[in-house]
Amino acid sequence: MDILRFITAGSVDDGKSTLIGRLLYDSKSIMIDQLEAIEKQSKNKEDGEIDLALLTDGLRAEREQGITIDVAYKYFSTPKRKFIIADAPGHIQYTRNMVTGASNADLAIILVDARHGVVEQTRRHSIIASLLNIPHIVVAINKMDLVNNSEDVYNNIVIDYAAVAVSLGLKDIKYIPISAINGDNIVEKSANFHWYEGQSLLDILENVVVADDVNYTDARFPVQYVIRPQTEELHDYRGYAGKIISGVYTVGDAVTVQPSGLTSTISAIEIGGLQVNKATAPQSVVLHLKDNIDISRGDVIVQTENQPNVENTLEVLLCWMDNKPLVPGNKYLLQINSRVVRAVVKEIEYKLNVNSLQQEPAPEKAMLNDVIKATIKTASPIPYDSYKKLRANGGAILIDETSNVTVGACMIQ
Amino acid sequence: MMMNIATALNTSPLQAEDKTLTFDYLDQLESESIHILREVAGQFERPVLLFSGGKDSIVLVHLALKAFRPGKFPFPLMHIDTGHNFTEALDFRDTMVETLGERLIVRKVADTIKEKKLTEQKGKFASRNALQTFTLLDAIEEFKFDACIGGARRDEEKARAKERIFSVRDEFGQWDPKLQRPELWNTYNGRIHKGENVRVFPISNWTELDIWNYIRRNNIELPSIYFAHNREVLEWEGQLVATSEFIKLDAADKVSVKKVRYRTVGDMTCTAAVESTASNIDDIIKEIIATKTSERGETRIDDRVSEAAMEDRKKGGYF
Ligand SMILES: Nc1nc2c(ncn2[C@@H]2O[C@H](COP(=O)(O)OP(=O)(O)O)[C@@H](O)[C@H]2O)c(=O)[nH]1
Repeated sequence: MDILRFITAGSVDDGKSTLIGRLLYDSKSIMIDQLEAIEKQSKNKEDGEIDLALLTDGLRAEREQGITIDVAYKYFSTPKRKFIIADAPGHIQYTRNMVTGASNADLAIILVDARHGVVEQTRRHSIIASLLNIPHIVVAINKMDLVNNSEDVYNNIVIDYAAVAVSLGLKDIKYIPISAINGDNIVEKSANFHWYEGQSLLDILENVVVADDVNYTDARFPVQYVIRPQTEELHDYRGYAGKIISGVYTVGDAVTVQPSGLTSTISAIEIGGLQVNKATAPQSVVLHLKDNIDISRGDVIVQTENQPNVENTLEVLLCWMDNKPLVPGNKYLLQINSRVVRAVVKEIEYKLNVNSLQQEPAPEKAMLNDVIKATIKTASPIPYDSYKKLRANGGAILIDETSNVTVGACMIQ
Repeated sequence: MMMNIATALNTSPLQAEDKTLTFDYLDQLESESIHILREVAGQFERPVLLFSGGKDSIVLVHLALKAFRPGKFPFPLMHIDTGHNFTEALDFRDTMVETLGERLIVRKVADTIKEKKLTEQKGKFASRNALQTFTLLDAIEEFKFDACIGGARRDEEKARAKERIFSVRDEFGQWDPKLQRPELWNTYNGRIHKGENVRVFPISNWTELDIWNYIRRNNIELPSIYFAHNREVLEWEGQLVATSEFIKLDAADKVSVKKVRYRTVGDMTCTAAVESTASNIDDIIKEIIATKTSERGETRIDDRVSEAAMEDRKKGGYF
């Protein structure tokens, strides 16, 4: 049993909340008391049916206004997998929220209303999924009951979307006709789609292979904390605590510490106090080195034969997430894993239209939800890989030093 | 070329201790939580781990052992004692802290009530749950804590489902759901202004069942009240509440001895027991899989006050 993290993306009213409610309900993850609470609230609705969408609307303001404010996390599991859903709402702040939810996702379900087909938002969601490099995409064509479960309607949408996918270079895409409200093709395959040869949605979610998405080639270990007990019996103990974000480490490996460039050899690896010979991503471990060299939080221990880039000029695609605009020349803190450095956004090269993927002339300032291509200079070199190659070491956040708020997400090119 | 895991590991002989091939969801959750705990250690000057003696905070301590041993914890443990605790949980707390050799701070709600002349709740189940927030905020100020690690999970409740892993609170401890920082990848921004603090939830992504399965796998010891035992209980609106000096009994109350266990351990006045014969972890897990009621719904009297009870408490500085 492993974990699949996914997001659902759709425009308002495509049936996102209903779909999530359906998955939770049909996988028996909803308990009686939670259902009763929903039923109480559903009373106002005319049809008397329980409104599965209410399950995902967490906060009072949302319940009162009938909108979804922020990313909410939902959990369910089957004997095969544990699922973590990042439910990002679909309106004004959408880009910011979807980028947040997408940053950790293994898979995105992109909802399309069968009556409307591929619309501007479908393109936008797909562009964000590709920017954030989500490895697997499921295009769920919903409300099929409203188009008589028509195979032609379905096929035309598939053809339209395939063109979008090609233009974005999306890799693993699956298509599925569903009716979230009726539960058709959600857990079981529905007889209403006798012409559909694929799996049910849950079947897809349970079986998509994510183990191969982990990069076992480029070993990267950002140091989070140095363990130094300094007791009598452990006088010389010095362990580097952190999580292997990619790759494999073995005792005896020749390693380099970046950005200092100092070298040594791994002398021991511990996991939860036990000595092991080898450890891989995404394990949290303690590394020991043969030589007593200067290493502190924010340094990255890599295999000497496979190095990241170590530079202080970065080309990034940047999603701006703050109400205050980004003005070129402004200084921020840039955080990549455990490393924090001062940074300045030098210049904006262009703005990316997230509905069309067109490059538009550089604006003077970047506004909330804008995606721009920019150059960032950091005060000291940072070890990184391109986001496309290694998500775990190519994503960085920008922090406003005066408000301490996270204001930008950078995908390093 | 990307290697897959089998090739990656076949480049040299597998060691007996190599856990990689069986690295499953619990290992993933564990690794994520250890990563979060170490981020706290790396980013904050004066963190603290809130420890109640309940199963979630016991798991937190266990994760901290894996994150920091053979070193000492880079934070003390702290218990906000309402004075309405189960003795079993308190005894367990003290034994555990002693065995670990870590530092425990206890701050009592009763003292805050006296000092600040707070008014206690009245009524049958007069609870100190709300007053607890005062003691917590005072302790944060007293010790200048900048991060409080807590064992809340997102599956517990709808408002919690929206809270970040690093959740920034203002100097009144208040949570503003509309002003949360975006939290991307596994990068946690713990920067705060003086006077603010961060509530950190390392087991956000665990469910109740994950906790139990982890306890089973790691043979983690728990207070005895988690296992079925005979107890005198009052039946109240379908819930079973242990009789104690903290609860006012009326002549009409239905009191009887039942075989029960606890699913959560909070105050005696606001935690209900469930009828059960499960005397070991395997049986508890079976019961939880079969149950039709959520953990908070079945056992927390404090959440039933209103649909938004938890959200309101959080905005007011509660965990
Ligand atoms: N006919 C039909 N209606 C649906 C289906 N899925 C959702 N709906 C309805 O579409 C509306 C919007 O659904 P909701 O889940 O709230 O959409 P969201 O805004 O994407 O979360 C609601 O009235 C749903 O009942 C479906 O498969 N068929």
